[in-house]
Amino acid sequence: MLQTIRRFVIDNYLFGEEGQLGDEDSFMETGIIDSTGILELVRFLETTYGIKVTDEELIPDNLDSVSKIVSFILAKQSDSQQTPHDCSSRLPEETRP
Amino acid sequence: MCGIAGILQIDDRPVNRERLGQMIGAIRYRGPDDAGIYSHGPVGLAHARLSIIDLIGGHQPMSIAQDALAITFNGEIFNYIELRNELIAKGHRFTSSSDTEVLLHLYQEEGERCVERLNGQWAFAIWDAARQRLFLSRDRFGVRPLYYTRLDGEFLFASEIKALLTCPQVPCAIDLIGLDQLFTFWATIPPRTVFRGINQLPPGCSMVVHDEQITITPYWTLDLAGQIEHGSATDSQLAEELFELLQDATRIRLRADVPVGAYLSGGIDSTVVAALARKSAGHRIKTFSITFEASDIDESRFQHEASAFLGTSHSSIRCRHEDIVGVFSDVIWHTEQPILRTAPAPLYLLSRLAHDSGFKVVLSGEGADELFGGYDIFKETKIRQFWGRRPASRWRPLLLKRLYPYLPNIQRQSLEYLKHFFHVTPQALSGPFFSHLPRWELTARTKQFFSVSTQAELAEADAVSSLLRDLPSSYATWPLFAKAEFLESRYLLPGYILSSQGDRVAMAHAVEGRYPFLDHRVATFAARLPASLKMKVLDQKYLLKQAVKGLIPDSIRTRTKQPYRAPDGISFFRGHDEFVGDLLSSQRIKQDGVFDPRATDALVRKFRSGRETSVKDNMALTGILSTTVLLDRFMHRRGTDSRITRVQLNH
Repeated sequence: MLQTIRRFVIDNYLFGEEGQLGDEDSFMETGIIDSTGILELVRFLETTYGIKVTDEELIPDNLDSVSKIVSFILAKQSDSQQTPHDCSSRLPEETRP
Repeated sequence: MCGIAGILQIDDRPVNRERLGQMIGAIRYRGPDDAGIYSHGPVGLAHARLSIIDLIGGHQPMSIAQDALAITFNGEIFNYIELRNELIAKGHRFTSSSDTEVLLHLYQEEGERCVERLNGQWAFAIWDAARQRLFLSRDRFGVRPLYYTRLDGEFLFASEIKALLTCPQVPCAIDLIGLDQLFTFWATIPPRTVFRGINQLPPGCSMVVHDEQITITPYWTLDLAGQIEHGSATDSQLAEELFELLQDATRIRLRADVPVGAYLSGGIDSTVVAALARKSAGHRIKTFSITFEASDIDESRFQHEASAFLGTSHSSIRCRHEDIVGVFSDVIWHTEQPILRTAPAPLYLLSRLAHDSGFKVVLSGEGADELFGGYDIFKETKIRQFWGRRPASRWRPLLLKRLYPYLPNIQRQSLEYLKHFFHVTPQALSGPFFSHLPRWELTARTKQFFSVSTQAELAEADAVSSLLRDLPSSYATWPLFAKAEFLESRYLLPGYILSSQGDRVAMAHAVEGRYPFLDHRVATFAARLPASLKMKVLDQKYLLKQAVKGLIPDSIRTRTKQPYRAPDGISFFRGHDEFVGDLLSSQRIKQDGVFDPRATDALVRKFRSGRETSVKDNMALTGILSTTVLLDRFMHRRGTDSRITRVQLNH
């Protein structure tokens, strides 16, 4: 996942300049991603990892470096794996397979 | 409106008339009605005429007093009738009814300060034989272009750079500092251009060439220092005064011996101008518009509404993606500088429509946004200033959400990202460029596509700092709003709006634009208004809207500002994209050396993939494409352009 995200950032924001990107580098501080570019990243994450990024989650704490994105995706995936299980456990007895 | 060119021999060689013919031939499209060449002693003047005033008697170059004074003049002096009457009263005799002759007599009467009396848009050169000096001048806002260069023993000038480049001795190379400025501000800082060794006379300046000396003197500047000088006048009195000024500015801009039309964008400014023109003319006028396929940028509903309200005879042209691609190369041939937006291309099509409809003159609303607080950059400045006074406030930055309602990439941002993009600190508030830094920083990110060698050559360059030397002495004391207005009207207006989107694409089809809002009386009035009357809270163009109540439909008067936009990068990737494939091939980019082939290739791949692209990506793509066209048309294919004709006249 880290490599996929790295590759996306390098291809789409650094346009091939791999050497410039550390996993902890802040996209905003280094100017790698400007604010009008952040939505491209969100769209990529949503289509690649099958997640939905809410407006509240659109914050630098989640998206401002390769490492932060990886943590964010893992947390989202973990949530989404738990959510159906929790839901199904609350379903009435007769609707369970 | 016309094209001008000239040579002053500083050594003792005679002027080469053949070369003058080549120079004016290169810009013949600016004045297809007539042409002339004049030479006398060390000077040669050339002219290509678009006949608008005194169709019979206005031939140029023109001379008076047994060749003591000779002129080549591009532009219009709108108050020429009043000046002419004044000069006749002083004993001057006229042989024509043209504004050109008035200019010569006014110079004879008042010397170089004559330009202070002019209400108009001009670029001209007067040869003063008695004093053996060439006097050149450019209008206050830079509506009309004027370029010059110096060679060994001679001085050359012209309306366009391509005329200078017909002389093989004039070098043709990219000025990287100019390119760096353009990829920061969308324009170069005068006198610099993107051509090395070729300069432009800054707006509001005159110039004297005498012996080996070139002296440039500013005669006018937009003084925004006061912004409080309307005494005890009420808002309604000021609105009334503004209306009267605009009415008169429009009235004198209808002076022509050919029909005058108007551009109608669907916004307030052009509708106001068209309405005032309709009122002054006393008859139905002709209007022209551009429409787009994309609903978010198309304004045809408002254009039709304005046209119906004003009862104009209206024509429009639909600009499709393929149209932008189709004319892009020719547009760059005319802009003579890279562009970071495709917006000049539809305006090129619009002037063609006006030309094909038989019109040589159109009125338009340029200048209103700069002078009356119309641009979103002013709203942005006000919000950031308000927030910057209490940066820790949780509520003040929420106003950032009110900015750029027409830009989805901004609207869908979270507040955290908006705060970062529109960053403020209390210290930054006192900086000279507070208003424009976020915008310039965003634009400057396009420079990541510069090649290693370009970046190395620009290692010492600092476009923003270079502006510091050009600021008025009292600038530091001006309110932030006034500083923002100055930066817009001093740099972007002449360097991009009036050139790449104005004169150059209009004159490509021999169409002259006239701008009532840029009448210096209107501008001076606006400059003295307090910011609160230009933007009341966040209501843009407040006083102007008050002034034109009842003149235009309320739906247009009160509509949210919709800036003129055209489809950008996407245009080049609809259907076949050979245009991009050819121009931005790695081989060509490498050969040109200005941009990085690998990064450029990655950018093209991103567009081809159909993925979302950012504002910066679009500016970069258009900037690289237009620079590559510029290199191709001006440098690689120098001297081969089929539109260059040779003018040989015995006048």
